This record gives sequence, C-alpha cells and structure tokens, in this order.
Amino acid sequence: MILSYALYFAFGCFGLAVLMNLWKIITAEGVGDRVLALDTMVVNSIAILVLAGIQEGTEVFFEATMIIAMLGFVSTVAYARFMLRGNIIE
Amino acid sequence: MGEIGDILTAIFLVVGGCFGLVGSFGLIKLRDPMSRLHAPTKATTLGVGGVLIASLIHSFAVDGYVSVHELLITLFLFLTAPVTALFLAKAHIHRHSEDEVLPSPGKDTCWAVLDHRTSRQIIDEAEYGQDD
Repeated sequence: MILSYALYFAFGCFGLAVLMNLWKIITAEGVGDRVLALDTMVVNSIAILVLAGIQEGTEVFFEATMIIAMLGFVSTVAYARFMLRGNIIE
Repeated sequence: MGEIGDILTAIFLVVGGCFGLVGSFGLIKLRDPMSRLHAPTKATTLGVGGVLIASLIHSFAVDGYVSVHELLITLFLFLTAPVTALFLAKAHIHRHSEDEVLPSPGKDTCWAVLDHRTSRQIIDEAEYGQDD
C-alpha cells in the first residue's frame, strides 16, 4: 500500500523532471545547456525505467537501463567533443 | 520482513524522487551556465542512486536474494557523471571564456583548453616533424 503510493510519487517526480528537461532543451540559449539538459534527460529516463521494473516486479528492464546508461554517456562525450574540436573521430 | 522492506523501499523512493526533481528544477532555475552544471550532475545522480537502492531493497525483500544489476548501474552512473560534467565544463570554457577572466593556470603556460595548438597537432609534430 505505502509502496504503491511512493511509486506513484516517484513516477510523478521523475516525469515532471523529464518535462522540465524538455522545456530547458527548447528554451536554452546555448548549445552547452542543451547538451546538459539532454544528459539529464537520459539519467531521468534511467530512473523511470528502474521504477517500472519495481512496479512490474521483473528484471528485464535492467539490460535496457544499462544500455541507455552507456549510450547516454558516450553520446554526451561525443557532443562535448564536437563542441571542443568540431569533429568527433579525427 | 515484508513490511520493513516496503517501508524502506518507500522511503528511498520518496527521497530519490525529491532529489531528481530538485536536480531538474535547478537546471531551469540557476542563472549561470557553470552553476547550472551543479544541479544535474549532483542532485539527479543522487536521486537515481536513491531509486536504485530502493529497487535493490525491494528485490531483496520480495525474492530474498541481492541482485547485482542495480549496483552495476549505480557504479556506472557515479563514475560517468563527473566525467560528463568535466567535458561540458571544458567545452564551456573553450567556447565562452577568454584568457583574462580565468584564474592563473599555475605552473603551466596557459589553460590547455584555450591553447591554440590542439594536442593532436602537438602529437603530429612530435611524430612527423614540423611540416607546416
């Protein structure tokens, strides 16, 4: 009982967080802020997937979570490198 | 065991949710780009860590064994968040800062990000000699 309420609360928090990240992506004034908002959105989506795993009681979401975490890190590094150098693979 | 596990999971879920919300709200609220870097990299990582700990406790309370997936994801996130923050800060310094407004780089000649010769060129010159 208390667990389902806490799950709904956490779903609401992270859903609102993703919406705020989307708002920041739209209204950011520089490309650095946009990349930061995208990175935060990846982390928030990881949290939402873990919450779905708790609610469903399965462990199939963990592989997806791991893949999203790795791809998010690599893509953020690629964006930052593109901002620094102008290309990614030299 | 089930009752205590539920309550502990709920506590960690609420704490993690609050931290995640604060992290994303700070991304909108803070004014300076460098201070905006604080909120997602610290608060959001802590929020996701709370949710992962809740998942760990929940799987232990329901199934009776500790699953290692959550620890793996937590470790990965806590390792990569500072690296992405460092990269974004470097990109910001590279794009927006001048030599005069930055603090002194110590015993080096200048900040490596603002060096006009990139490190790739330095390596190329060391390997192939001065060709241009």
